[in-house]
Amino acid sequence: MFKILDKKQLNDSTFSMTIDAPLVAQNIMPGQFVMVMTDENSERIPLTIADFDKTAGSVTIIFQAIGGSTIKLASKNAGEEIAHFAGPLGMPTELENISNACVIGGGVGCAIALPQAKWLKNHGANVDLVAGFRNKDIVILEDEMKAAATELTICTDDGSYGVKGFVTGVLKDNITSGKNYDCVIAIGPVPMMKAVCDITKEFDIRTIVSLNPIMIDGTGMCGGCRVNVDGKVKFACVDGPDFDGHKVDFKELMIRNSMYRNQEKEHKEHICRMYGGK
Amino acid sequence: MYNKQEFKTPMPHQEPDIRNKNFSEVSTGYSLEDAVNEANRCLNCKTKPCMNGCPVNVDIPDFINFIKDGDIESAYRKIKEKNFLPAVCGRVCPQENQCEKLCVRGIKNESVGIGRLERFCADWARENGVETETLPRQSSNHKVAVIGAGPAGLTCAGVLAQAGIEVEIFESLNKAGGVLSYGIPEFRLPKSIVRYEVENLEKLGVKIHTDVVVGRTVTIPQLENMGFEAFFIGSGAGLPSFMGIEGEGLAGVFSANEFLTRANLMECYKEDKDTPAPKLEKVVVVGGGNVAMDAARVAKRMGSDVSIIYRRGIEQMPARKEEIHHAQEEGIHFLTLNNPVRVIGDENGFVKQIECVKMELTEPDASGRRGVKVMDGSEFLMDVDGVIMAIGTSPNPLLKATINGIEVNRRGGFVVDDNMRTSIPNIWAGGDAVTGSATVIEAMGAGQKAAKSILEYFT
Repeated sequence: MFKILDKKQLNDSTFSMTIDAPLVAQNIMPGQFVMVMTDENSERIPLTIADFDKTAGSVTIIFQAIGGSTIKLASKNAGEEIAHFAGPLGMPTELENISNACVIGGGVGCAIALPQAKWLKNHGANVDLVAGFRNKDIVILEDEMKAAATELTICTDDGSYGVKGFVTGVLKDNITSGKNYDCVIAIGPVPMMKAVCDITKEFDIRTIVSLNPIMIDGTGMCGGCRVNVDGKVKFACVDGPDFDGHKVDFKELMIRNSMYRNQEKEHKEHICRMYGGK
Repeated sequence: MYNKQEFKTPMPHQEPDIRNKNFSEVSTGYSLEDAVNEANRCLNCKTKPCMNGCPVNVDIPDFINFIKDGDIESAYRKIKEKNFLPAVCGRVCPQENQCEKLCVRGIKNESVGIGRLERFCADWARENGVETETLPRQSSNHKVAVIGAGPAGLTCAGVLAQAGIEVEIFESLNKAGGVLSYGIPEFRLPKSIVRYEVENLEKLGVKIHTDVVVGRTVTIPQLENMGFEAFFIGSGAGLPSFMGIEGEGLAGVFSANEFLTRANLMECYKEDKDTPAPKLEKVVVVGGGNVAMDAARVAKRMGSDVSIIYRRGIEQMPARKEEIHHAQEEGIHFLTLNNPVRVIGDENGFVKQIECVKMELTEPDASGRRGVKVMDGSEFLMDVDGVIMAIGTSPNPLLKATINGIEVNRRGGFVVDDNMRTSIPNIWAGGDAVTGSATVIEAMGAGQKAAKSILEYFT
């Protein structure tokens, strides 16, 4: 069992949880994830690590309570325990040799983009952080992102906060105004990552995306998380979760992620009846 | 005088039309009377040929003799001297290729049902609370880490613990058992039995840590710093293979590992479990091994109409005859001498059809093996909404990538010597991590052999 040391609600559906997991914390690198089971009946879900403290032996995850399993996890409070917490899994993001980066986060993806930005800035890189949200109410981690970036741009779809529009608009403006990025890191919803890649491909800028396909074991055993990268089958859990965004077949990824749409809807309703939720 | 009955005493079982709708065990096990009757078919050969077929060298005629006398407890203890998981082996070992293959009774009639008797003893002992786990009289101050809580690792840990070694097992999944938990379905191996065997091991003082991915959560050098002197890697086969045909990325195409893990480890077919169960009407399973049979029979129980597609003939299927027979009885269609060439999706990317070709066997080559070739113009379409690929696995690259200088073979399996020792002096390996997909008992044999070698290393 793994104790929840701290829990914060960041917006109406996004939660931050810090878990007591000293063994997991000791080898973490940015970009890695954990497999989480709230209780013995739960699904195994992959959640990317948002922060960690090796000295305290704690690991922070930030997630959106959007489906049955994440709503169940969000129903747990500080002081309570979760059943399983395994990791760190996946390959760390290759952040070496980047000197001028644009790190882009979409929604809860900002929580995962944050450690990358932090690492890059700490290692002397220029980091433009572009964070996109639907509206003002769901903006998260603004102070943390500001601290981790050379320059932070927040944009909202409806213009209720920051720049009006999508992250891709900001990215394109930055590139055309002469920012010579040597790498773009995009973490967020699949359509956002795809749109970012479409732009960076045009300007021939290396782009790293962090994929979050359906996984079961997270250790390379089930192949459920396979993605098509440059025409080859890759497993996001052991070969990723980061890939060269210009080579990912996003269409196939979206199809594979829709596999359990109906079951997930039913499950969510069931969990909501039991645990409450949105 | 022995029992001259020509055939094995029949195994009581659930009727096919009933069992293909539930996950309860197919074979319900011998009664005491059945067991004594079957035991009396054993000739008690002086040379004990059957023992040569047992990878862990169980004293087969000796345990059968105890059954003849009705002394089941002694029979069980006799088995346990060599086999740490008798309730498991009695169910899933391919005895027809091992002990029973060498049984003298098998020359003219059916061999003695050694597996059935082993299972009977183990079940009887469990139901009657027979304790065999005794802590070793003296403990050494040596510490061994076992990586992977599957059949190889559990056996290795058991042998070491009984010799007084301090053993800790590190398992990446949320439950111990390895393939016994995630792979083999409930109706062939009830999970309560796996739990019972794991608990027995814990009674010997073995500590099992789940949720620890060695190579990621901790590395072998870190474990060395924690005081572990020797290591046994039983990390299993790992990465599932795909055919490399068009459409394998569609929604509704699974590896057998994924499909079985959802069902067996995560129990997705149960109401109170959160893991989504694939809802499929018409499923094809590609492959002819035991894993293909398991996947097909699970899919059947989850309500699908199921066909197995195999590119060779039924005689060439690597699955156990018994499993093929059970699958046929349960209403699974066998499309042998067929091979998929492409999976076709609907407008949303969900599987809609599979295109196959018919195959024909070629004349035997110099080695007597018959190949297959595609029949020209034999393409045909089948309407399906699920495709399960059960065509094998390759060893998981995760662990070996984190052990500096360890030698692996062309397929990625660990290279070991006759004592299961790898190219690194304090690391042993066994089971599918070495051989690629093989059997539970072979993995157990490897675990036992490695444990003996580790004990020598400490002396």
